[in-house]
Amino acid sequence: MWKSPEPKKTYDVIVVGGGGHGLGTAYYLAKEHGIKNIAVIEKGWLGSGNTGRNTTIIRSNYLWNESAFLYDHSVKLWENLSQELNYNMMFSQRGVMNLAHNEHDIKEMKRRISANRLNGLDTQWLETREIKKLVPIMNTHNLRYPVLGAAFQPRGGVARHDAIAWGFAMRADEMGVDIIQNCEAHSIKTKNGKVVGVKTSKGFINAKKVAVVASGHTSVLAKTAGVRLPLQSRPLQALVSEPIKPVINTVVMSNAVHAYVSQSDKGELVIGAGTDGYNSFTQRGGYDVMEETVRAIVELYPIFGKMKMLRQWGGIVDICPDASPIISKCEVNGLYFNCGWGTGGFKATPGSANVFAHTVAHDEPHKINAPFNLERFSDGRLIDEHGAAAVAH
Amino acid sequence: MILINCPYCGERDQSEFSNGGEAHVARPENSENLNDKEWGKYVFYRDNPKGIFYERWVHTHGCRKWFNAVRNTSTDEILKIYKLGDNPPNKESFSNTLKTPSGEPKVGSGNFTVKK
Repeated sequence: MWKSPEPKKTYDVIVVGGGGHGLGTAYYLAKEHGIKNIAVIEKGWLGSGNTGRNTTIIRSNYLWNESAFLYDHSVKLWENLSQELNYNMMFSQRGVMNLAHNEHDIKEMKRRISANRLNGLDTQWLETREIKKLVPIMNTHNLRYPVLGAAFQPRGGVARHDAIAWGFAMRADEMGVDIIQNCEAHSIKTKNGKVVGVKTSKGFINAKKVAVVASGHTSVLAKTAGVRLPLQSRPLQALVSEPIKPVINTVVMSNAVHAYVSQSDKGELVIGAGTDGYNSFTQRGGYDVMEETVRAIVELYPIFGKMKMLRQWGGIVDICPDASPIISKCEVNGLYFNCGWGTGGFKATPGSANVFAHTVAHDEPHKINAPFNLERFSDGRLIDEHGAAAVAH
Repeated sequence: MILINCPYCGERDQSEFSNGGEAHVARPENSENLNDKEWGKYVFYRDNPKGIFYERWVHTHGCRKWFNAVRNTSTDEILKIYKLGDNPPNKESFSNTLKTPSGEPKVGSGNFTVKK
């Protein structure tokens, strides 16, 4: 599907990280900015990091204008991505529902819905009986935190996680991008405040620009270039059940009891848990976190009580203090970071790659990602999305 | 799930504890004279190493006392636990078993405590 060349001596741009965000960055750099001498280096195989470790939920119902523009830019690209890449993303706009379990949830969600509607997003409020109609298997009343309503975004949904990595990889490869797997970036070399290349497990590669999209390991790499980022890396878990007949045809998330679930086309329930309460790079996560989520799932959906879980995994997510990403230049010339996606980066894959490619090509941000700079951690213009992030951190 | 040896109560499940992030971050002196950048570094920036990490824990569902720990974040192995006010142990006293510069074992994930 793509060539696997040995690295050349020099590239115009090296993208570190062969997940969806990194491969998308290379794709948009080649397609929209005419830069062809690009390498994407990946320490494992394509999409083996968080691109393959998430619950594939896509939505854009974020509170603040900056986030709404960024995430909806992405949803709009998702809507046409199968055609654009000529590869089936299996993008299914089955809707995403965020449940309210108490007075505060209701107020916070209605505020968010109003903000969304002012930004032209399709979020709406559902009463409990409307939720029951969409998800008949849900137990809305006989539980500790009853379901009092929900925010619903019909344009949200799910997609196939591998497809976005492979789709971007194939089209980037056709435009001459070198996709180099099993090539681990060890350190970023700089000289007089300018980036000169990347030391990798396949030797040193020169580069005019280096774009780091390494999710949980971004701060480890940044440190090798002398850059400190406001990130903390934590395991985030998900699990998948045995396949059953279709019982749930939308995505249901609950922030308060911490359970979110959708059903894959194979019939498995895809369940997302929270992050562990401490920094770790172990890619597994604690049993107590899983137990908490499964307990909430069983209470919300009693029919899942006797189901068996097939697989569980963890990915290392990099969390920013304001639960918003960093898509930014830094104090080193020619070094760019797209990181801090925390618990919700998959939905943003095409949008983030698109604006990041612009940032790398022009050495200045696209107007959509300009607010997601590093300066916000000193000038105070934080974009606090802890409410919309919907995963406990 | 990891077991943590609380210096006051003994070994308990990690779920009884809360993590307090990086240890030994001192509030800067004369903070009124700091510029926004310096203040931002203190408020938002913390170390995030893959490997030896000095951190704080509190035994929330036990004695509710705070203490420090040294943990290897690539394996979750707790190397040392010491009380607040004690001198932090020397970083060189812990052998770093990580196999590549970024801390990954040569094959697979950072999960080598499970593999061995």
